[in-house]
Amino acid sequence: MKSFAYYPGCTLKTTGKAFEQSAFAIAKVLDIQMREIERWNCCGTVFSLTTDDTMHHIATIRNMIRVEEMGESEVLVLCSMCYNTLKRANNYISTDPVKLAELNDFMYKEELKYSGKVKVRHLLEILRDDVGWDGLREKVTNPLEDIKVASYYGCALVRPQGAGVDNLEDPSVMEDLVRALGAKPVNWPSRLECCGSYQTLANKDLVLERTEHIVSSARESGADLIILSCPLCEFNIGTRQAEVAERSYGFKGLPVLYFTQLMGLAMGIDPDDLGITDERVLARLKEKVES
Amino acid sequence: MIELGRHTKSRRDILDKVERISEVDVFACYQCGRCSGDCPSINLMDIMPNQAIRFLQLGEVEAVLSSKTIWVCASCFTCTSRCPKGIDIARVLEALRQVCLRKNIDQLDLNNIPEEERERYPTIAWVSALRKLSG
Repeated sequence: MKSFAYYPGCTLKTTGKAFEQSAFAIAKVLDIQMREIERWNCCGTVFSLTTDDTMHHIATIRNMIRVEEMGESEVLVLCSMCYNTLKRANNYISTDPVKLAELNDFMYKEELKYSGKVKVRHLLEILRDDVGWDGLREKVTNPLEDIKVASYYGCALVRPQGAGVDNLEDPSVMEDLVRALGAKPVNWPSRLECCGSYQTLANKDLVLERTEHIVSSARESGADLIILSCPLCEFNIGTRQAEVAERSYGFKGLPVLYFTQLMGLAMGIDPDDLGITDERVLARLKEKVES
Repeated sequence: MIELGRHTKSRRDILDKVERISEVDVFACYQCGRCSGDCPSINLMDIMPNQAIRFLQLGEVEAVLSSKTIWVCASCFTCTSRCPKGIDIARVLEALRQVCLRKNIDQLDLNNIPEEERERYPTIAWVSALRKLSG
């Protein structure tokens, strides 16, 4: 069993509960121990792009101290945005001794000084590099044979250079995962396109337009469903599909699942225990069982 | 009509500020337009990202600071990743937003968000929007 400090982030405790629930379910099967960090705090969700304001990285880096307090050296992250923010801030601060000292000075009330040595890892990286696709295949009891899956990376999982889980222009980690689950990965053009992110609050039309484009692109490429790894993308290209359908005649949606939910299905875990509520997915599963 | 090419002191000061916040040299741009070609939100922008950089080179900082472009950008880093001159355009746009936000002019008025919408937004959307669009 391999053990990791686990950083959930705020949304996995609220609207993205299904992501956390399904991740715990598959981690159990794969013998990965996820130990939730005590007193974790918000990562800030977006990496500060200013170079004159180190203060903006304090909240992010404080979580690294929590990881070291647990005696762990690696932190497992599920949410793409948390992953991007934690990894970039960690790289930025850890490779600059002056900034690291400055941040530690700001956090003088912490008992431990941050060493700069924690490694931030996404579950997808752990599946690929630690478990391995062959190792994963062994745990698949219910191969998803005839299901075509569009893997949606979006931004935070791959960009910019050095911050992602895979090659930034031609990633394959999710497609490899889909193959290991026995399903068919779909090759589609919009897998790296931004969903509009936080503009969902300020500029809803922008997001509805992005959603229509991305979901239609997956559909036209023959996908049965979309998988992703970000609770904000899930809200934008998943939940918001109902609003797109209201304003765009002829728009047909697609089910959107977290990659961990798809994994759970392939491992024969009950959809209830994976937080799957999409009627279309449940109906399809029922069909499969009956046939 | 915009008069181009005037690097007055106040304009030079703002440009210095943008370069200090972003640590990006906007004069490295040779106007290939790759950033604009790949931007997923280009249709909602009033000036294109490459034009924004050109305006900065010419000292026309007001044209950029008053544009929709800097607020439509969601920092997806597509432009940054693909710029052949290695210019971090996302950082330049962030610096331009900061120039506005540090004057305490917020771009997000929470009162404009309908109540029934507020309930359903994920926490992550609130935090990131407030960090990006308010000071």
